[in-house]
Amino acid sequence: MHTVLKSATKTVTIGHDQPFCIIGERINPTGRKQFQMQLRANNFSRLAIDVEQQVSGGADVLDVNMGVPLTDEPALLGRAIMMIQSLTDLPICIDSSIIEALQVGLETYQGKALVNSVTGEDDRMDLVLPLIKKHGAAIIALPNDETGIPATVAERMAITEKIVRTVEKYKIPLEDLLIDPLAMPVGADPDSVKITLETIYRIREKWGLNMTLGASNVSFGLPYRHAVNAAFLPAAMSHGLTSAVMDARTPIIVEAVRAADLLLGLDPWGANWISRFRSLEASKASLNTGV
Amino acid sequence: MNHDELIKALYDETLMGNAPAVLALTNEAIASGMGPDTILFDALIPSLEEVGARFERGDFFVPEMLIAGKAMSGALAVLRPLLAETGAESIGTYVMGTVKGDVHDIGKNLVNIMLEGAGFTVIDLGVQTPPEKFIEAIREHKPDIVGMSAFLTTTMPMFKVNIHEITKAGLRDQVIVMVGGAPVTQEYADAVGADGYAADASTAVRLAKALIKKRRDLVSA
Repeated sequence: MHTVLKSATKTVTIGHDQPFCIIGERINPTGRKQFQMQLRANNFSRLAIDVEQQVSGGADVLDVNMGVPLTDEPALLGRAIMMIQSLTDLPICIDSSIIEALQVGLETYQGKALVNSVTGEDDRMDLVLPLIKKHGAAIIALPNDETGIPATVAERMAITEKIVRTVEKYKIPLEDLLIDPLAMPVGADPDSVKITLETIYRIREKWGLNMTLGASNVSFGLPYRHAVNAAFLPAAMSHGLTSAVMDARTPIIVEAVRAADLLLGLDPWGANWISRFRSLEASKASLNTGV
Repeated sequence: MNHDELIKALYDETLMGNAPAVLALTNEAIASGMGPDTILFDALIPSLEEVGARFERGDFFVPEMLIAGKAMSGALAVLRPLLAETGAESIGTYVMGTVKGDVHDIGKNLVNIMLEGAGFTVIDLGVQTPPEKFIEAIREHKPDIVGMSAFLTTTMPMFKVNIHEITKAGLRDQVIVMVGGAPVTQEYADAVGADGYAADASTAVRLAKALIKKRRDLVSA
């Protein structure tokens, strides 16, 4: 099953037979006071830096979130998408839970976007899915509902089942559905990652769907978070995770993902791995010679 | 173990989050005739204060804080009925909930642990708490403080809704309202009309104590 995302000029394919898709996550003002103040003053200059860092770090898709409290989020998001599409040809993942923001984002976007996200709650799906259908976009869906984040694999599977049925009802192809199997902090519950991994495995087995998750969450509250994240992703990939919303600025995590591609047969003969090495060497050499 | 050894062992085992040891030591201390208030105020609360201080300095991490909190909760379950008999007063009652539309609870739980650790009586309303449930809890438990947690920029507006509903129910001047959560700022807390905001669990406890003191001073003045 292939999820195909497009910008005006570039296509990215997510699939179980494809190299892992890195969705760069830092184009997001949450918790960044100065960035928020700039955006309030209609100053979008920080965006260019964030985009450049994610792109040069190796992101395949860019997650864009403009959730600044007490502002016109739809307008901010529309403007940000327009600006980012002028800076890079990577496809965008439009990230908001405000329906009007998604609407403006999808209307502004050139290509086929990914939308982050909808939950398994009926009223949310009834709001978001018609928009997805109308714009021919792809959607990330989280198997949680009114009652909270399900603690067991069985509950997550049951809500995924409901999501799959609803997506089909709206005549959206299952190729355009990515399930987020919910990665919770392992520091708050020693079994949380085991549950996530089993959920990933079973979703792949049952529906063959593509999946994504917020990868940084697992290491919340722990020291050496980058190492925990770098260990988590290859494990998740070997269970069937096909993409993640993650910070492409941290080389150890990106390298872990690309090495796992190679180990899992998704990078035959190490073509990507070797060319990555060569371009790193080349940029080192040009630094040394001052070229 | 004599009195001092018991206090020290309780303090150390709580700090390390060794729940079975803390429970056993609590029972041993009670059997030896130690007052429940002594166990609480001389061992458990100072230990949790140290947990908070280490966490704030970056020397302790989330799992360590959680297991220390669990160890203390186990002891509190034994101590609470005894404390009630002695008529010892809690330093305050705190009703806490994650707002409607939001299912995140880790941050809220950390604050609850530190509040309990400081001697507060905490009533946890869980996640997805609608305004009615906050109001019901204020009527039932008559808390000093209502705490609201939100993890998403899209659920933060529930602070304002909740405060509005609490005001409409005529209860606003009976409670202090504190808000918090990853995307929340002091500026936002002010904008929605909350009385306090804290960025982390230890600061929340200090602020809670300060706000209660301020209020009691006002009332007595």
